[in-house]
Amino acid sequence: MNALIYLIPAALLLGGLGLAAFLWALRSGQFDDLEGAKYRILQDDEDSEKR
Amino acid sequence: MAEQAETERVEPAASCCVAVSGPDISDRVAALAAASEKAVESLPDGQQRLVLVIENLECAGCVPKIEGALRDLPGLSEGRVNLTTRRLRLVWQDETTNLEALLRPVLALGYRLAPFQVGRMEARDAEERRFLLRCLAVAGFAAGNVMLLSVSVWSGLWGDMGPATRDLLHWVSALIALPAVAYAGRPFFRSAVSALSAGRLNMDVPISLAVVLAAAMSLFETMRGGQETYFDASVTLLFFLLIGRLLDRMMRGRARSAAENLMALKVDSALVVKPCGARERRAASSLKPGDVFQVAPGEHLPADGEVLEGRAALDVSAITGESLPQTVEPRSKVHAGTMNLDGSLLVRVTASGERTLLSEVLRLVETAEQGRARYVRLADRAARIYAPAVHLLALVTFALGLGLGLTWQVALMNAIAVLIVTCPCALGLAVPAVQVAAVGRLLRAGVLVKSGDALERLAQVDHLVFDKTGTLTLGRPVLLNGGEVASSDLQCAAALAAASRHPLATALVKAAGPVPLLQAEITEVPGAGLIAAAPDGELRLGSAAHVGVEDVDLGAESLLWLKHRDGRLVCFRFHDALRPDAAAVMTALKAQGLTLEILSGDRPAVVADVARRLGIETWQAGVNPAEKSARLQALTTAGHRVAMVGDGLNDAPALAAAYASISPAQASEASQVAADLLFQGEALAPVPEALTVGRKARRLVLQNFAIAIGYNLVAVPLAMAGEITPLLAAVFMSCSSLVVTANALRAARGGKSSKKREAAAIAVPAE
Repeated sequence: MNALIYLIPAALLLGGLGLAAFLWALRSGQFDDLEGAKYRILQDDEDSEKR
Repeated sequence: MAEQAETERVEPAASCCVAVSGPDISDRVAALAAASEKAVESLPDGQQRLVLVIENLECAGCVPKIEGALRDLPGLSEGRVNLTTRRLRLVWQDETTNLEALLRPVLALGYRLAPFQVGRMEARDAEERRFLLRCLAVAGFAAGNVMLLSVSVWSGLWGDMGPATRDLLHWVSALIALPAVAYAGRPFFRSAVSALSAGRLNMDVPISLAVVLAAAMSLFETMRGGQETYFDASVTLLFFLLIGRLLDRMMRGRARSAAENLMALKVDSALVVKPCGARERRAASSLKPGDVFQVAPGEHLPADGEVLEGRAALDVSAITGESLPQTVEPRSKVHAGTMNLDGSLLVRVTASGERTLLSEVLRLVETAEQGRARYVRLADRAARIYAPAVHLLALVTFALGLGLGLTWQVALMNAIAVLIVTCPCALGLAVPAVQVAAVGRLLRAGVLVKSGDALERLAQVDHLVFDKTGTLTLGRPVLLNGGEVASSDLQCAAALAAASRHPLATALVKAAGPVPLLQAEITEVPGAGLIAAAPDGELRLGSAAHVGVEDVDLGAESLLWLKHRDGRLVCFRFHDALRPDAAAVMTALKAQGLTLEILSGDRPAVVADVARRLGIETWQAGVNPAEKSARLQALTTAGHRVAMVGDGLNDAPALAAAYASISPAQASEASQVAADLLFQGEALAPVPEALTVGRKARRLVLQNFAIAIGYNLVAVPLAMAGEITPLLAAVFMSCSSLVVTANALRAARGGKSSKKREAAAIAVPAE
């Protein structure tokens, strides 16, 4: 049962990381254009160098 | 090939990714920049932002094209296309950049743009959606982790878990669940509080009570070292219900943003002629009585007025429903919303703002709409019964428990268990899920649904009223006697007609196919016809008077005469053709047991002919907007649930007065605002499709209510008896949610035939 002492925090930490990543993605506007995003991965633009 | 190119120039295809390099776009760039000025916002960091609607953004290929054209412009810090909303966002440095330089490359690619004003409603909507998403993320995180711990506790019930470990797991659960409930429950708490303070009960009251009481009771149990906690139930409930809430919000947002794009595209500008003779592009809304404006062929009139100079044929079908163009001369009265077909006109504004015909119609729309606001959505109607019933049950459980000699803690726990198991997942999740699935299916079939309750209302319709011009018919003439006329005559006439924008001329060109170039100087006599002057004589195409024969009235048909150089006459006959599938759709609608009717502003002879061909017995002709609205109210009073299908400005009040209403996507602005549904393409098939989907959605919603009631019939007695454990509650809740959602998704199925129809509608180039 001693394993719980670090297993629970570890599980929470991993879940928390996922949550934080989602909230960051939401804040940076990545969910604003759900339709366009799926096509953008197929476009090879020189744009990426600029950013 | 040269001939092919010639016809394409006449009818520029509005299709995707076609670079239409017009002769000179400077005028369009200047007009757009002037119109956009109001929509430009200043950002806190000193930059400027403009959002534009892209009218002909058709596929994903357009996105890199537009963004590529904008890539290396100096001063532009962001130029990004949003394919979901079909909008382009530009952000640039204020001082260094000229707006026209940013707009020019996109316009040069052939895209049509219109400025979009980000309203306060729109901004609040986006903020609300993000808030719900954040809540959903937190609830999802908490639900996953608490469930992990709860499963351990449940398996510990049969195993060797000691009370100390169980308490530790409970405490960790509390630590996750309590902040999560406080954070993610806010959408429900807010709505519940505002309902209670207004003295009403809504669905969010039992939801909030269940979630808060479950969390509070579990905390109490944990402190006591008890066995049963409901932390998992309270966060999972929130998670499921937030999904439903978000689906509902997204559907409304999507339909609204599409409708707002249509609005933005309709904003007109006017070419104002100042007393000194200078010309200036201004927003149509800034016109005042006494101003003089100029209208070029192909433009809509921005205001009511009186013609000062010029002669032209006007397309008045949007105002009166009359399919034949009307010829105007100096001193004629003209109305906003009509389209100038040939000559150039100088018009003095006589009325603007509140006194135009347009605002008159909008007032009628407003009065008529008040009736529809009384409709109560199915989910709300169910909530009216559900919420008090749930509270009553919980109270009865508590009282019974006390009466049967239980301690007040146990009695209270049973009452809370009742609240938890009756929590309205079917209402909160399944109704929006049905609507999203149904609306998505209709969207693929080319139908835009403006609100969820529109579908519910449509499902109950038993009587359909159609407008004629532009609704049953295509709203533009089609050549009738193409087979009878010698093809050389047709080619000759079409070559001449290619120079005009008159609908009859356009129809002629379309019927003729590729035409040879005419080596002659062509002049257009506005309101009369065309003359081609060649060394060996004159070629004339136009009205009877234009070629010097006596005019005959053929009722539904309109005529165009061709006079050869040797004086030989050829007559072309046109009529406003029915939509290709109109007859089949009418038969199908009748087979569904609906009664049909035509209300038109056009002449009786024309309407009678259409009614006969479609097999519709009830029709009225020469009806004005107020009479249309009155007729619909009379039908409603007689106990009918009426759906109106119409497109013109004259239909707008009737559309608003109807129980449900449908417009073609090319309808006038007022009609698009008033209608519940908009359909695209030339086919009329989306109308029965929408009716079918609406009925199916209603059936599924009712089925979901039945499933929810069935599940409660099992769960509630168990909860009242105190036999519900947290494990049982979790199983019940997840199962019922999954079943109703799976049932809801059936609304999206069975649209195979509609996909074919959509393909057919695309194959016919829509104008």
